[in-house]
Amino acid sequence: MSDQSKPNRPAKRKLSAKHVEQNRREFLRTSALAVGVMGFSLIGLLPAVQGKSLALRPPGALKTPTDEQEFFSSCIKCGQCVQVCPVNAIKLAELDKGAGIGVPYIDARAQACDFSCDGLQCVLACPTGALTHDLDYPADARMGFARLAEPRKCLAIQGKGFKGQARGPDYEGILRYDDVDRWNPIPVADYPYDLELCDLCVRQCPIEIRIAQCAAAAAEGEQNKDRVAQRQGNECPPKHAIALEPFGGDDGIKRMKPVILEGCVGCGVCEMICPPEPPAIVIDIMQDADNMRGAS
Amino acid sequence: MSYIIESFRQLFGSEPRRPAKSEISPEAQAVHVYKKQNPFDKDAFEVARQAHAGNAKKWRNRRWTTLLVVNLLFVVSYYFDVQLLEGALTASRFMGFHMADLNSALQVTLAFKHMVLNLVIGTATIFVLWVLLGGRTFCSWVCPYHLLSEWAESLHLFLAKKGWVKDRSINRKVRSIFYLLFALLALATGYTVFETISVTGIVSRALIYGPGVAMIWVGLVLLFEVFYSRRAWCRYVCPIGITYGVVGAISPLRVKFVLKDCHHEGECRKVCLVPHALDMTVKGKAVHTEVDVSADCTRCGMCVDVCPTNSLRFEIKGLGKHL
Repeated sequence: MSDQSKPNRPAKRKLSAKHVEQNRREFLRTSALAVGVMGFSLIGLLPAVQGKSLALRPPGALKTPTDEQEFFSSCIKCGQCVQVCPVNAIKLAELDKGAGIGVPYIDARAQACDFSCDGLQCVLACPTGALTHDLDYPADARMGFARLAEPRKCLAIQGKGFKGQARGPDYEGILRYDDVDRWNPIPVADYPYDLELCDLCVRQCPIEIRIAQCAAAAAEGEQNKDRVAQRQGNECPPKHAIALEPFGGDDGIKRMKPVILEGCVGCGVCEMICPPEPPAIVIDIMQDADNMRGAS
Repeated sequence: MSYIIESFRQLFGSEPRRPAKSEISPEAQAVHVYKKQNPFDKDAFEVARQAHAGNAKKWRNRRWTTLLVVNLLFVVSYYFDVQLLEGALTASRFMGFHMADLNSALQVTLAFKHMVLNLVIGTATIFVLWVLLGGRTFCSWVCPYHLLSEWAESLHLFLAKKGWVKDRSINRKVRSIFYLLFALLALATGYTVFETISVTGIVSRALIYGPGVAMIWVGLVLLFEVFYSRRAWCRYVCPIGITYGVVGAISPLRVKFVLKDCHHEGECRKVCLVPHALDMTVKGKAVHTEVDVSADCTRCGMCVDVCPTNSLRFEIKGLGKHL
């Protein structure tokens, strides 16, 4: 942009002072816009890079417990997984998650994934493979791993039973109860319990429910079992995810302690159903069954 | 071929060139000379403008209807669970058939470096669709931000008329720089960086899944457009426009300029989102008696609506058909 034009070209018309000033201002405005827009979008990378955007993700999410970069990059932020979920467990992240905006997550305490759909509808709906199709059955999911975070809150450890609505009358979460309706989830508030010793985390665990179904089918005959196996995964029954073990007991009170086993997929139903506030059991998203194997 | 080259030049931010005398065809030259010798009568123009007034919102009404119907289809499909059009504008399924926004698919592919079959199918479907329909037609006929921006533009023009705000120009080349930077960032960081600030995606998801704090960003962009620079996002920033513009360069659906009856009074350039694309409507600049508007055009039809002499019209190239 120098004033010396090539000799064979007609000399450029000289710009007036006003014109030069206009051009200078336009250049400044353009630079400011570029810096502003790029700056804002780069700030969006911070939550992801700092690991502040980690969350419980739908089954099959392309991630490791500590690295969600692949999941963020492959997700096209369309929310089709949100739309197909029968229990509305999946939400889309907000702008505070920066580049994670529009990426699906699950707030297990509010509404966990209980695999009501059986067929992993969210995985099937995903157009980009961010929820990988390598996943065939709920038992293959590695969303996280349950952890007894507040043992002193646990009713079973206290030796207490539970009577009433697990999360109170105003709780909006829903779960599928086989004995009520095999196909349609109902509000947890509509299903009061009366338990001598609280075992809600084991009782409502989708994996444990499946094991029971497999056992029931097996009791009815080999053919029936094969059919159930086909529907619920070739591993029928799947591995146990959670169990209650006797605990303490010198004081004469019968106490039990929830123990998380290698079959846990981290769906979050135990965290959702646990009556105390805050819940005794939570999902640790930094772990999964593959990490835990042999660790305990 | 020259249409494609000129479209790319304009898409990436170059200003249209003033044609040399030798480039103007003899037929067009004859019209230019005739117009010079027989200037249009101001009263006759006023009569034409009055006669046209009833037609002045035809394409706008059609376009707004289409835009609202498409976006409401997403909302209704989810809200009433009718499974007609599932997902959001970034990716969706129409009666089970995959569709993927070309720019979102590009960002995801650059960041993820891998494309599953469903995404290939969805992207190919949308590519063919917008080749047929005109590329940037997406911007003005589907993008929900475009509608918000149009309303902000009305406010801007109202305030500008009062002398309270003015439109500050920004160099259009910056949009190409954004395009390149966002592509490189996706490739280098492995995150779909542009999606964070994409007002199209944000507004689409807000409509379907409910609004959130991201709408504050959309509000800020709109305020910037009202008080600082008219239609700034669509004109100077949005890479989606370039992606669809490139597709539109091979589309047969275009706006055509017919030199003969044009009064060159410039109403079309005043309403246009991309006035540089209408440079041929300036007196003496049309190189042929009929010139196609470049692919940077969003086919919104505002110039078609505003033109009193029907000198700008939609055409389907190759069919010789006017819409």
